[in-house]
Amino acid sequence: MPLNRDFVGREYPADAAYEVSTEVIRQFAQALGETNPACYDAAAAAALGYPGVVAPPTFLTVLSHRFAQASPLVDPQLGLDYSLVVHGEQRFEAHRPVVAGDVLSATSRVADVRAAGRNEMITLVTEVADSQGARVATLTATLVSRGTATGERS
Amino acid sequence: MTRAVAVGDPLGPLVVPLSRADLVRYAGASGDFNPIHYDEAFARGVGLPDVIAHGMLTMGVAARALTDWAGDPGAVVSYGVRFVRPVVVPAGAAVAVSVAGTVTAVDAGAGTASVDLTVSVDGQKVLGAARAVVRLR
Repeated sequence: MPLNRDFVGREYPADAAYEVSTEVIRQFAQALGETNPACYDAAAAAALGYPGVVAPPTFLTVLSHRFAQASPLVDPQLGLDYSLVVHGEQRFEAHRPVVAGDVLSATSRVADVRAAGRNEMITLVTEVADSQGARVATLTATLVSRGTATGERS
Repeated sequence: MTRAVAVGDPLGPLVVPLSRADLVRYAGASGDFNPIHYDEAFARGVGLPDVIAHGMLTMGVAARALTDWAGDPGAVVSYGVRFVRPVVVPAGAAVAVSVAGTVTAVDAGAGTASVDLTVSVDGQKVLGAARAVVRLR
């Protein structure tokens, strides 16, 4: 089934804050094999001028999974079958680094839904802000829904 | 004071082995439990050749070339990629992801460098248009 184009422009605020801890940054850094001590050790982070351990550049992807239930991707009216989805493109713009102790909010917006051959592409833009409301990062994800443009599975 | 960086300076190279265990570890750390990243029968059932790595895992390990070079995991101002080919991870083996980068521009006023990354498996690119802007200390 083709995706519901009415979703373009809709905004989905996350239903809770995400509290960034030292341990989630360590776990994420370890899963990537990141070796910089500032991802693990507060003293090493402080030596670089940060108030807590520093998240690797792609860390904020955890928000999209933590708040998956508040995402347009799971709204049944969109018509997305997640088992047919692969990631097409991803972009991070950091307005500042993420560090342990941050309390983050996220709002996702469906920026685009379009057909590309037999596939469909959905672009989600997520704005991440801190507890003061200051912008932290902008994430742009383009997901590929395989074979759904024609209503047939590939 | 910005360190001396010039167009053409290399980043890496870096070779990162990825096994099924690494995919499971990343699933746990990221919260992405899509079964295409650990369940072979499921992956084949949706038309994939085998279990594939999370695109974000490949993007994340490639970013180590940026953070190693910068000496600061918080120095990456922007980073974008296209996932042009899945990284297929068979059972019982590790796939080698190769990462190398080049400085393509330096903005002395902003204190940043633009970087292109080449990320490949068996000589075939798995990430396209992999570009970043890195703050220089």
